[in-house]
Amino acid sequence: MTGAITIHAKALTKRFGAFTAVDAIDLDVHAGEIFGFLGANGAGKTTAMKMLIGLLMPTAGEARVAGYDVYTQSEAIKRSIGYMGQRFSLYNDLTVLENIQFYGGVYGVPPAELKRRTDSLVHDLGLKEHVNTRLQSLPLGWKQKLAFSVAMIHEPKIIFLDEPTGGVDLITRRQFWELIYAASAKGVTVFVTTHYMDEAEYCHRASIMVDGVMAACDTPAALKEQFKVKTMDEVFYQLARSAQRAE
Amino acid sequence: MRTVLVLLRKEFLQIFRNKAMLPIIFVAPLAQLLILVHAADFEVRNVRLLVSDMDRSTASRALAERFNASDRFHVSFTAQGFDAGMHALDAGATDALLRIPVHFEQDLGRKGSAPLMLDLNGVDGQYASLVLLYSRQIIANEQVHVIQRMHGSANVPRPPVEVIPRYWYNLRMNYKNLMVPGLLVVLVTLVGMFLSSMNIVREKEIGTIEQINVAPIKKWQFILGKLLPFWFISLFLLAAGLVLGKLIFDIPIEGSVPLLFAFAAVYLWVMLGLGLFISTVSDTQQQSMFLSWFFLVIFILLSGLFTPIDNMPHWAQVITWFNPVSYFVDVVRLVLLKGSSFTDIAGHFAAIAAFAVAVNAGAVLNYRKRA
Repeated sequence: MTGAITIHAKALTKRFGAFTAVDAIDLDVHAGEIFGFLGANGAGKTTAMKMLIGLLMPTAGEARVAGYDVYTQSEAIKRSIGYMGQRFSLYNDLTVLENIQFYGGVYGVPPAELKRRTDSLVHDLGLKEHVNTRLQSLPLGWKQKLAFSVAMIHEPKIIFLDEPTGGVDLITRRQFWELIYAASAKGVTVFVTTHYMDEAEYCHRASIMVDGVMAACDTPAALKEQFKVKTMDEVFYQLARSAQRAE
Repeated sequence: MRTVLVLLRKEFLQIFRNKAMLPIIFVAPLAQLLILVHAADFEVRNVRLLVSDMDRSTASRALAERFNASDRFHVSFTAQGFDAGMHALDAGATDALLRIPVHFEQDLGRKGSAPLMLDLNGVDGQYASLVLLYSRQIIANEQVHVIQRMHGSANVPRPPVEVIPRYWYNLRMNYKNLMVPGLLVVLVTLVGMFLSSMNIVREKEIGTIEQINVAPIKKWQFILGKLLPFWFISLFLLAAGLVLGKLIFDIPIEGSVPLLFAFAAVYLWVMLGLGLFISTVSDTQQQSMFLSWFFLVIFILLSGLFTPIDNMPHWAQVITWFNPVSYFVDVVRLVLLKGSSFTDIAGHFAAIAAFAVAVNAGAVLNYRKRA
């Protein structure tokens, strides 16, 4: 990867009282890169991500996202990034169209442009007949794909995905990753956490957090060679079984 | 500005789409108004009076008959003496017991005075004192008649001091005139505080608050987007309640309606701000509901709506100085019944505006997008 660095962290740390959730992690992610952020439950993935997107104030260390400082320029960061959290982030009591219009409006996408993007989004996801359907009556797989597209409605340079494919079926996960590849091809940095090790294989680079520390970070091929195993599953297992702290 | 409009559109879509909440917001408060006006009626009617008449004379029968003629009393007689009467009072079979002793007529004729004994159920002190008041009036009237009959009208002594009461601003002492304006306050308060606090916590529960916090929405935009819908709905309810009050209970509207709404507009920011504050310290709708109830019960019971603030102990009166509801109850009554102008209620305005600034500043400072 040779693109410009879009996410940079140095010794980024978060402590809750005596408990160090994230312990001095370093990372550099480049434009257009799909960066896998792996780790067992409670390893500190979500905490680290929340510091990067401005939901959590770091305790120490430095971090820049899209060139902006996480301590002082979190509002500028928010305009440059998209985020899809672990919990479903759209409104079930609103229709597909209303959800798109709401988030598009909140991110300040001009109305004419929003209409154009809405049309192409609805077309790409095959939701044309369902634009006026309330989300509560759509299957989870569709909702997750819609949530991703809505998180991209303002065409951010970086997208943060926190376990985006949790609970969805294999085919939908495949389709979801096609959306991720399409975004990456357009130069969008994708920062994704996941529990599925087959998904880790799709990433350009993957990092594995153990007990708040970044235990490994490289391309999947290099990681497998380093640990002399055939799959990312085994890489993960070797690292994660040394973990001391449970969830 | 567009961000606020986008937020408002979303809130209104959600409010009007929630089929469970709609009737609670719009129908329940107005139904409460119609029902509670009667529940909170302090007028004393249909008092069950048991008369134990040991004299059985013309005068004693005339006295009982005078009670019966009043629309406030239902008179029944007991022939079994005082003890049976007390048993009836103990058993709750009667509200009051009037004992007329033997020689009542004789004493009245000879001495010009005769003792009577009135036993009252004092469990509800306010009720008992009103019954006593009405009984005294009836007995005093009858006394004049008896003396007239016996000695001729020329000999009736004039009382040295005669008080003729005149109840200004509520000439007929109509309790509905007092209750309807007060209940209007309760309606808008409930909607304002309850719904605004529940609404934000709901987004915490379903998790969408995280998406909002990660979006470039400024604090004031978010808060405005959350509070304005309930501000509009509360003002609408106030208008609807006023119309109902006028049409059904014919409450007087002596003062300026725009002045009332101006005060309500400022007042609502206090209650909405409190709702917002509660939502910032709560994680679940149960928590916020419990906290809202805690404040609302104190605010409403200490508001002077049901019991006059002047009758409260001093320390409780001090608490009411910090009770926004008591200011609004006062203002609604002053403006509607007394026709007070802005200058009359300028003090109330200043106080409520200060509350609005303080509460909202506290709530905004306490609301953090970043943990």
